[in-house]
Amino acid sequence: MSEFFAMGGYALYVWGSYGVTAALLALEVFFLRKRVRETKA
Amino acid sequence: MTASSIRWFWYASPQTFFPLAGTIARWCGLAAALLAAAGLYVGLFIAPTDAQQGEAYRIIFIHVPAAWMSMFLYVVMACWAALGLAFNTRLSGMMASAIAPTGALFTFIALWTGSLWGKPTWGTWWVWDARLTSELILLFLYFGFMALQAAIDDPRRADRAGAVLAIVGVVNVPIIYYSVKWWNTLHQGASVSLTRAPSMAATMLTGMLLMALAFWLYSIAVTMVRVRCIIKEREA
Repeated sequence: MSEFFAMGGYALYVWGSYGVTAALLALEVFFLRKRVRETKA
Repeated sequence: MTASSIRWFWYASPQTFFPLAGTIARWCGLAAALLAAAGLYVGLFIAPTDAQQGEAYRIIFIHVPAAWMSMFLYVVMACWAALGLAFNTRLSGMMASAIAPTGALFTFIALWTGSLWGKPTWGTWWVWDARLTSELILLFLYFGFMALQAAIDDPRRADRAGAVLAIVGVVNVPIIYYSVKWWNTLHQGASVSLTRAPSMAATMLTGMLLMALAFWLYSIAVTMVRVRCIIKEREA
């Protein structure tokens, strides 16, 4: 398992890519949901 | 009912499009989540380690689909903008505005992941290479489109002004795509094209295509939700 997260020494680059992408998509969905709530009110 | 009696402009009215957009968003959102799960599984667990780049190559499963989406969404945005200018349909401008933030997001993701890929493989986070520079210009085109629309109070005028910018900027998309052929770039050429067999393992390609499909459906879903917000905000 720790070998998987180490990504052959490229952990920073690989998880830096996946993490930031996941965070940005989550943020877009969060703000969009907020906008939906605000337009309904 | 003959083919010619299909009312093409029926859904060009925001009110009739509103419920359809909701249905499309739900199904595309669900499909995007399932495809992303499948794509991540194939990409992170099934696809073999690359002989030259080791595990660093796994960035490809995000980088390439995001870069495709960044260019594709810009073309779709410009097409809606052009339709709006030509037919003066209200929905067209709303669609263009709804696509822009997601397009900018994928452009940023393509640049960010590219930078994280460049450091271990090229030894640098950034170079002023034709591919990288033209993709950065794409990000600024998205920002410019959004800023211009935000700066004009009347939404119909904002749509027309934004449309001109979007249409002019579309010239950048083929420049990005062919930059690796036209200039001597650090960025590699396309590994996947329609004219020849892809130069990578089948499981790698499968993972990449699954992620590309997931990003596609995600983009459609968020665009539909956003266009619903825009319709409500403008027609209120």
